[in-house]
Amino acid sequence: MSVRIAGVSRRFSGQAALDDVSLEVATGEFAALLGPSGSGKTTLLRVLAGLDFPDDGRIEIAGTDMARVPARERQVGVVFQHYALFRHMSVAENVAFGLKVRPRARRPDSAEINRRVRELLELVQIPELAARFPDQCSGGQRQRIALARALAIEPRLLLLDEPFAALDAVVRKEVRRWVRGLHDRLGITTILVTHDQEEALELADRVAVLERGRLAQFAAPATLLAEPATAFVAGFIGEACAIPARILHGRLDSPIPGLSTPAGWHDGAVRLFLRPHELLAEAGDGPALVRMIHPSLGAATRVVLELDGHTLEATVPPGAAVPERGGRAAIRASGAIAFAEDGMRARLVAGNLPAHASAP
Amino acid sequence: MSTAPLLRRPFLRRQALPGRGLALGVTLMWLGGFILIPLAALALRPWEKGLPAIWEVLTEPRVLAGFRLSFGASALAALIAAPLGLLLAWVITRYRFPGRRSLDALIDLPFALPTAVAGLAMTAIFANNGWVGSLLEGWFGWKIAFTPAGVVVALVFVSLPFIARTVEPVLRDLPREAEEAAATLGATRLQTIRRVVLPALLPALITGFGLGFARAVGEYGSVIFIAGNMPMVSEILPLLIVVKLEQFDYAGAAAIGLAMLLAAFLILLALNLLQHGLRRGRP
Repeated sequence: MSVRIAGVSRRFSGQAALDDVSLEVATGEFAALLGPSGSGKTTLLRVLAGLDFPDDGRIEIAGTDMARVPARERQVGVVFQHYALFRHMSVAENVAFGLKVRPRARRPDSAEINRRVRELLELVQIPELAARFPDQCSGGQRQRIALARALAIEPRLLLLDEPFAALDAVVRKEVRRWVRGLHDRLGITTILVTHDQEEALELADRVAVLERGRLAQFAAPATLLAEPATAFVAGFIGEACAIPARILHGRLDSPIPGLSTPAGWHDGAVRLFLRPHELLAEAGDGPALVRMIHPSLGAATRVVLELDGHTLEATVPPGAAVPERGGRAAIRASGAIAFAEDGMRARLVAGNLPAHASAP
Repeated sequence: MSTAPLLRRPFLRRQALPGRGLALGVTLMWLGGFILIPLAALALRPWEKGLPAIWEVLTEPRVLAGFRLSFGASALAALIAAPLGLLLAWVITRYRFPGRRSLDALIDLPFALPTAVAGLAMTAIFANNGWVGSLLEGWFGWKIAFTPAGVVVALVFVSLPFIARTVEPVLRDLPREAEEAAATLGATRLQTIRRVVLPALLPALITGFGLGFARAVGEYGSVIFIAGNMPMVSEILPLLIVVKLEQFDYAGAAAIGLAMLLAAFLILLALNLLQHGLRRGRP
């Protein structure tokens, strides 16, 4: 079902955890809520689940406003961060819970419940665990149990709260792909909450980036990387180094040479964000100090540089001389994104060297 | 001789963190000096007069009535105190309200107060000319003080903190997420409490029930004032022991004491086994 969040705010003792957040998730879409801790992503998930209620705004699920409807009437499946399995119930009883608590008129008979539980456990590929208890299962298995339990209520919307955080790195990657595959098969609208950008970018069709209770940007992963809407998104998504610079007498004055000046910008401070592939380094007498070298096969060599107290990640272009650790390197930028203090944004390209660099 | 074979014995092996010998020694001395030796004396005493004499003491109608009252009233009191204690623990762990800390401290009061003081106070309140006693008698015709009902009231008072304090830490550690998960799965609040919260609390509740019950069986101070101590009606076993002692019938007193000990032990063992059985699936 489609989900429409319109102007949702939630304050906790004066502090805004959610501040006028609006976004729409299409039917069958896989969306992610991404942000650092305290950005409001978990509050938004709880508001969607009906475990918390917004002070303002509408939560529409399939076109009906659900903002005041309690959790148990929403038919929204939730996989909790620590799974919240019922420890005194077997795996099968956990999965059957949502069916057994239905009012008698809508409750399937016990044979039907057993059949559904078996089906769900097969769907999440753990039919052999039915008689076990949650404490006897591994982290990855518990996550599958939690997923099967949430799917048992035939949810109109599936919410995943940091579902991979408790898994170790190897299992996490595998389970992640499996979850996305399951979503594609079942077509349930899914919203994932995470602080791990790699996870959000890999899994979701679109990612909503939250910053201190506000929605910074809601876009496809490629768009977030190529066209970040705010300086926060530019710094938070993907690898990027932030460099303070300024516009002086209508020209860009930056510690890193090689960038064009944004057209029509007034004098003042700007922040430049450079991806490692946009910052090119080469052995030679330059301003940067080489701190570390990541040797690599196939791909270009990456180096970590220090410049005026900033740590930068740069790439040595193919064919250029790789600098030595502890030595000096010449640098230039092949592109960057600039944000002015008033929120203006521009993509800078190579060329148009600033005054001091082009002087003879 | 080399000390190697000695060191290889697991009990005498060097420990990385010292202190086991001292800790074990103090524990055993305490267990022996304060619990096992007195208990052994209690167990040996009744046999002085032989088995028939013990049997005679224990089958006295007055003693049998005491058994019924002591164990019956204690079980009833613990049964009444269990839901009350659970509610008390629930309120102080789940809600924030003015006076919560004071309420928290009040729960422990029966631990600190000499129970005779509590007994006197309750007698004054529940006597037919007391605040509560006069109302209960006027409205319902109930008599509390100087009847077995008075015994139950006093025992609820002493067993309540045991139940509240046993359940409280478990309730505090109970993840709220489990209740929230139940709500998202469509359970009503009542279904959540019955199917998710109570099963998780049941082992602690049974342990608390056992502790409260054991405390109630041994209670003396508060009961003797409110009970009225009428033979065959409101005499508890600890009182009968004192009565026997006053008549210099030490063997008889010890016989009752031993029988109480045995009965209480069997009941607590059964509760423990039940509690263990409920922890299925837990490591």
